[in-house]
Amino acid sequence: MGIQNLLWQVTKKAFTGGIIGVTISDRCCSVVPVRGDSMSPTFNPQRNSYLDDYVLVEKFCLQDYKFARGDVVVFSSPTHFGDRYIKRIVGLPGEWISSSRDVIRVPEGHCWVEGDNKASSLDSRTFGPIPLGLIRGRVTSVVWPPQRVSKIS
Amino acid sequence: MRWLRYLNQWRGTAKEAFEQVSIVAKFLCLIHVTDRYIISSTHVQGPSMLPTLNLTGDVILAEHLSHRFGKIGLGDIVLVRSPTDPTRMVTKRVLGLEGHRLSFSADPLVGDSSISVVVPKGHVWIQGDNLYASTDSRNFGPVPYSLIEGKALLRVWPPRFFGSLR
Repeated sequence: MGIQNLLWQVTKKAFTGGIIGVTISDRCCSVVPVRGDSMSPTFNPQRNSYLDDYVLVEKFCLQDYKFARGDVVVFSSPTHFGDRYIKRIVGLPGEWISSSRDVIRVPEGHCWVEGDNKASSLDSRTFGPIPLGLIRGRVTSVVWPPQRVSKIS
Repeated sequence: MRWLRYLNQWRGTAKEAFEQVSIVAKFLCLIHVTDRYIISSTHVQGPSMLPTLNLTGDVILAEHLSHRFGKIGLGDIVLVRSPTDPTRMVTKRVLGLEGHRLSFSADPLVGDSSISVVVPKGHVWIQGDNLYASTDSRNFGPVPYSLIEGKALLRVWPPRFFGSLR
């Protein structure tokens, strides 16, 4: 009987902790790893996956979707549902972006994202402007490894 | 020394207050998780889904599980975050999945010039049931699948229209 009771207590605590964790991660902030080098040198300046940066993503920006040029955001991929990318916003709705061949206007409700490492970045130059509704959070600072802890400009 | 006695008196009350607040906090977190990940009720209004949904507003139950597993199919009524205004949610029907070819009439009031599109990878084509009064994929193009946030299950208000949606 003691074991059963213990198990039940542990399950209850785990369930409560999980629910609180999910709520905080959805509404407040969460920590995510950065994979790949499309945002070098801002994130992952070396191509060594043991030293991947972990960043703090804040979710308060999702209340009214007001972003500024230069924000680094996490968004769901428009082509591969389930994937998430981290890139920088370089164009807000209504602005004109000059890509390789022509000048494109960013439609209402969309934004143009690009990686800092233009050579190896899959971004709006490939899949076009993305709806703001795909954005899942804004990166505010690097939290790991400790020597790279910093706020993102 | 008197304030020490006061502190002791209030310690019991503070502990009880903390317990009550944490119960409320846990309950609110539970509501958030249910509303976001399992099932929620939404008030929908507007003419774009007539005759399926009423003009003056219905309350529908929407579930948030199917889209996470990629199980949105043709003909489903889905809640989608609007690609033109990310603070708004729109309710439309999925009429095309990725790779499908669709043709639609550019202006349903005038003639039958029809445009043919292929839905790109990772996108869906959404359309309101009321072709004459709906801004949907015919206006803003196919929308990424990740913008879908829920699938309508059944209508709960007004009571005489209670039931699943077709």
